[in-house]
Amino acid sequence: MIEMMLYTALVLFGVSIAIALFRIIFGPSLPDRVVALDMIGVHLISAIAIISLILGTKSFLEVILILGVLAFIGTIVFSKYIERGVVIERKRDL
Amino acid sequence: MNVSVIFEFIAALMILVGSIISVISALGIIRFPDVYTRSHAAAKSSTLAVLLTLSGTFLYFWASESLISVRLILGILFVFITAPVACHLIIRAAYRSNVKMSNLTIEDELKDVLRDKEQ
Repeated sequence: MIEMMLYTALVLFGVSIAIALFRIIFGPSLPDRVVALDMIGVHLISAIAIISLILGTKSFLEVILILGVLAFIGTIVFSKYIERGVVIERKRDL
Repeated sequence: MNVSVIFEFIAALMILVGSIISVISALGIIRFPDVYTRSHAAAKSSTLAVLLTLSGTFLYFWASESLISVRLILGILFVFITAPVACHLIIRAAYRSNVKMSNLTIEDELKDVLRDKEQ
């Protein structure tokens, strides 16, 4: 019963990642794509949590933390690139 | 029926509810008309889905192996803090780089403050 529920949840997360992939491919603007990319990162975290439950190991729990940090920093960098046009500003005139 | 079996069932139920909420959030991201409403679907319900799933994982490990995983608590707190912040920043960048709203938008209150100052 519990195995069946876990596999169903994994399949549903795969479906939602596939739908977000559709938005990345056909998104009309760049922030659409970044929103969908952030959503894929967040859903991948929970898919990895379910995989670590199914395999019965504790070794994937570091992956959750590091993937969360990387998805957050990637979204921050993309938002700065969209707003300013560069990622690292070299000259600043204050 | 043992107590740990009941807690494992509750944890699996939380994970299943989280996955259903994630599918609803994906439907929102494909059906809404412009980027501002899509961010509504992508930030709130997606965060709720991930929090339910990670809490279910934490409860499952606690019930089955009597393990309190500090890394999982850190992951829950980090996702809970950073996912709305990231979505707010990307929508702020989208508004400042003049992404068009949909035709159904009634009012834009930031327009008087922001657009007139630039001109």
